[in-house]
Amino acid sequence: MKFLLSLLFGLFLFLPPATAQQLAPDALVRQVTEDVLTVVRQDKDIQSGNTRKAIDLVETKVLPYFNFQRMTALAVGRDWSKATPDQKQRLSEEFKTLLVRTYSNALTAYKNQTVVYKPLRMQPDDRNVVVRTEVVQPGSKPVQLDYSLEKQDESWKVYDVIVAGVSLVTNYRDTFGQEVRNKGIDGLLTMLVERNKQLAAGKK
Amino acid sequence: MLTRLSSGAAGLACSLAMLVASGCATTANNPRDPYEGFNRAMFAVNEGLDVVVKPIAQGYDAVAPLPVRVVIGNFFGNIWDVWTAANNLLQGKGEEALSDVGRVLINSTVGIGGAFDVAGEMGLTKHSEDFGQTLGKWGVGTGPYFYWPFIGPRTMRDTFGWMVDVTVGPVWGVSDMALRNSLVGTRYVDVRASLLPSDKLVEEAAFDKYNYIREAYLQHRRSVVFDGELPHEDLEPDSEK
Repeated sequence: MKFLLSLLFGLFLFLPPATAQQLAPDALVRQVTEDVLTVVRQDKDIQSGNTRKAIDLVETKVLPYFNFQRMTALAVGRDWSKATPDQKQRLSEEFKTLLVRTYSNALTAYKNQTVVYKPLRMQPDDRNVVVRTEVVQPGSKPVQLDYSLEKQDESWKVYDVIVAGVSLVTNYRDTFGQEVRNKGIDGLLTMLVERNKQLAAGKK
Repeated sequence: MLTRLSSGAAGLACSLAMLVASGCATTANNPRDPYEGFNRAMFAVNEGLDVVVKPIAQGYDAVAPLPVRVVIGNFFGNIWDVWTAANNLLQGKGEEALSDVGRVLINSTVGIGGAFDVAGEMGLTKHSEDFGQTLGKWGVGTGPYFYWPFIGPRTMRDTFGWMVDVTVGPVWGVSDMALRNSLVGTRYVDVRASLLPSDKLVEEAAFDKYNYIREAYLQHRRSVVFDGELPHEDLEPDSEK
């Protein structure tokens, strides 16, 4: 079984990225999820709390399928249009760093979870879908984990993750909106930069 | 004594809320959180209480092996399934209610008093319904957001729902004071222990912990009332990419 898994895992490595992205959104989510889980299940380091390794894993296997510019735009909301292209780029970078750092931690809490993939409801020309999954852990209630994806050219990218009904993007809206109101776009940028510095300093 | 303390605290918090509502002019920045001043104060109280509770939960987490915690979780879960069944019925979800009743019957007998979730293994998925969700399904609005000591965040509707949950729940009806207190205490520590993994996440991800928890709570409740089938709102105010 383990040999087969490693074989499949190795095969995935040889898949050119373009092919992976032309997958239907639910197939894409499934492939990336199983890929990440396979690594985590075998990696004792990550399971014992090595955040650096978890971040590396996320950066290589997960990030390519995310559209952080869109995520940041949605989190900032109306004021996004007031930002310059340079500010937009920097905001997206910082938000991405923050999300990767903080949520990669979730991988280090791995304890025999499995993922159930719900059937996808989608029309053939839909450019915006929600892929629903469920994280099942023995002894606990299953946790709903949904992904909002949109089609960019021919590939699908994630722009929101919804855990137990809580949207990542919407969760930051209030805070971001308030910061922009009080200190402008640059103030928001500063806040993100400072937080990322703090987190980097605290990590091993 | 714990019950009196908890209900006393809840009563005090409620009366304080009335005072705030009638008297002071709070900084109503957020229309969903008109009592933010009061709530932040209560949040600070809870953070203070957590200094005592968290180490207990951590100790429980460290000492109680996973199988024991699973059993404890299952035990309380089984009791909760009875109320979930009732709520599903009240919400007109007959099929789910039937499944929940099945869960209770199987787990209480074969599952040895609820210690083992045999029904879950058989494919009867666990639901979680409370009276607040039932009220939501019936169309009752959430009302303003509150943050109470001990029990944490609840909208006005869910506070009322919680009070019904507690009144109906068999744990609080146990006549032996000592037994009831230890049941309540164990449940509280068990819940706190289950939240320990998210502590670090909230600490790092949140710029304003109070804000983060409020937003997460409101979204989560909205989602569970509709059992996760809420159509995802169109997030963009304009079509800016």
